[in-house]
Amino acid sequence: MKRIALLGMPNTGKSTLFNRLSGASARVGNWPGITVDLMSAKILIGGHIAELVDLPGLYDLHGFSDDEQVVRHFLANNSVDLVMIVLNSSQIDRQLSLALQIRALGLPALLLLNMQDEAKRSGISIDIDEMSRQLGLPVASISAKYGDGCPQALQLAARHLEHQRAPISASEISSKLEADTQLEQQMEHIVKQSVQMPLQLTDRLTERIDRVLLHPWLGLPLFFGAMYLLFQFIFTVGAPLQEGVAWLLDLIRSDILEPLTASLPAWLHGLLLDGIYDGVGTVAAFVPIIVLFFLVMTMVEDSGYMSRAAFLMDALMARVGLDGRSFVMVLMGFGCNVPALMGTRVMRSRGMRLLTMMVIPLSLCSARLQVFVFMSAILFTTEQAPLVVFSMYLMSFVTIFLTALIFKGKMRSSEPFILEMPPYRFPTAKQIVLRGWLEVRHFLNRASKFIIFGVVMVWALTNFPSGVPAASEATYAGQIGQFFLPILEPIGIDAKLAIALIFGFVAKEIVVGALAVIYGLQGEALELLMAQQLDWVQGVSFMLFTLIYTPCLSTIATMRSESKSVGYTVLALGWSLLLAWVVSFIFYQSARALGY
Amino acid sequence: MLNLSQLQPGESAHIHAIHAEESLFHRLNAMGFRIGKKIELVRQASFGGPVHVRLGSTDIILRLTEASRIQIARA
Repeated sequence: MKRIALLGMPNTGKSTLFNRLSGASARVGNWPGITVDLMSAKILIGGHIAELVDLPGLYDLHGFSDDEQVVRHFLANNSVDLVMIVLNSSQIDRQLSLALQIRALGLPALLLLNMQDEAKRSGISIDIDEMSRQLGLPVASISAKYGDGCPQALQLAARHLEHQRAPISASEISSKLEADTQLEQQMEHIVKQSVQMPLQLTDRLTERIDRVLLHPWLGLPLFFGAMYLLFQFIFTVGAPLQEGVAWLLDLIRSDILEPLTASLPAWLHGLLLDGIYDGVGTVAAFVPIIVLFFLVMTMVEDSGYMSRAAFLMDALMARVGLDGRSFVMVLMGFGCNVPALMGTRVMRSRGMRLLTMMVIPLSLCSARLQVFVFMSAILFTTEQAPLVVFSMYLMSFVTIFLTALIFKGKMRSSEPFILEMPPYRFPTAKQIVLRGWLEVRHFLNRASKFIIFGVVMVWALTNFPSGVPAASEATYAGQIGQFFLPILEPIGIDAKLAIALIFGFVAKEIVVGALAVIYGLQGEALELLMAQQLDWVQGVSFMLFTLIYTPCLSTIATMRSESKSVGYTVLALGWSLLLAWVVSFIFYQSARALGY
Repeated sequence: MLNLSQLQPGESAHIHAIHAEESLFHRLNAMGFRIGKKIELVRQASFGGPVHVRLGSTDIILRLTEASRIQIARA
């Protein structure tokens, strides 16, 4: 099978073209020598099936960024029958260097000048035939977003697929590239021969919008306002959808699965329904949120606002080793950590991405909020309760900044902060929907097995050995709680709360329900008993621990699949457990020392 | 001799020299920072944040530390 690689600078619409050519059939593949996800798809071209690979965006073949190294490794370790170079027509005067570098390597290549619509609007005209003659490469003008010129480009590609390439080694790539000064001269010559650019670009709508959105005083308030609206949209639309999914799952359980499994032995019935089926339910609950999140994020990213956010927030975030894009993801983490972790893929430097993924689980997500609302209502007056919940939000921010400060030296960004500010663009509906679908599939493929396994584990821990009451102190979970009591007592957590923490490992949504099972009571009776057995110092200590110790199984699964590193996941998990204990310890012991 | 971080919003200059290690130099080069090219400082973010510059048809943001490596001669 022939292999075609898509290559281009960031913000050239390369991935848009990839999605257009591949439809929804793209898969994440494993490639020799490469640790990041590369999408690939089988496409029909000139009557043959060919494999199309979307390489990460790069500026320079001998650059030093993580993505640039990935591309070099890919070209060195995988044979490629055709390189499709995607360039932004409006920036042809500087992007042509990439085409010249590929040509210098002797790779069979086809040059696609994308965003022809935008270039035309800016008054740029390119003589395709002249450029092709000067370069000695086939050239086509396209609009990946609207599809203009794409079929012709594919025909052109089919005609040039037959060439064979000579294998190149990674070290050879640098040496084979001609000196920059020489490339520069060639580039200037070709641009002069084939491109006409107006002195002043005529499309200045972007400038007018930026004058408002990046205003020295208005910029930040507008940014926070926009984030607030997006957040509200995702999570107010998402909540009823999640409830709908939960309702449907309950219905299937009570009307179909319960009668079907009623005759089975109790343990098998429990394993199937409380273990595996609830695990599937946990996975399913995330689907609506992930779709909504990426619908919104695709709009933010493709519109060009993401680099504006980076511009506005950089002064504050640079101090803790993060940037404005991290800030957007951390904010979204306050709704749900899982899509926020997936969204960090927009950051192309691995160091910065790992640091952001380290702090996202500390954002107080809506599931944890339920626990805090429940606990503070039991232990505090109606006037005090909102303040307690608010202080949990403050604590969440404090732990985020503290963690970033501590780990910023370890997870340093290897890339200089130099970002392009693309003009504002409207993404098409197709782009948005496709992204949502691909991300959900990615989550289901990568995280679901791990989550279901975890739910089954916790079910087993809280139900065995057989014969003891579920979630009681005689279960394995209770025994684990007992075992850890020496380190849990100094933070005011008793054996019952320890079992709740083990449940909370699966998902914070089930903690309140688990407390009902653990105490054997429901509703007001449960609240009364808990208010009797716990004082407010214990309660707050439990809340602090719940806030920090570990978000949920789905977050851990996502972290592992996004970082592709078990070691990193263990580090992040270990750190949050340690931090949770230290914070709770300091709070509990000082409160007690003060006589509360 | 001025560097890019000293330019005021709305002012233009020509790039005179780039003092940067290899990786930064490559990146700047690929983004269009070349000696002799005209550069305009569009705006700067509040609280000592990055600068927004315009080079030909490309808008770019970069931090002051990187901007200070680029020497300019006022047009």
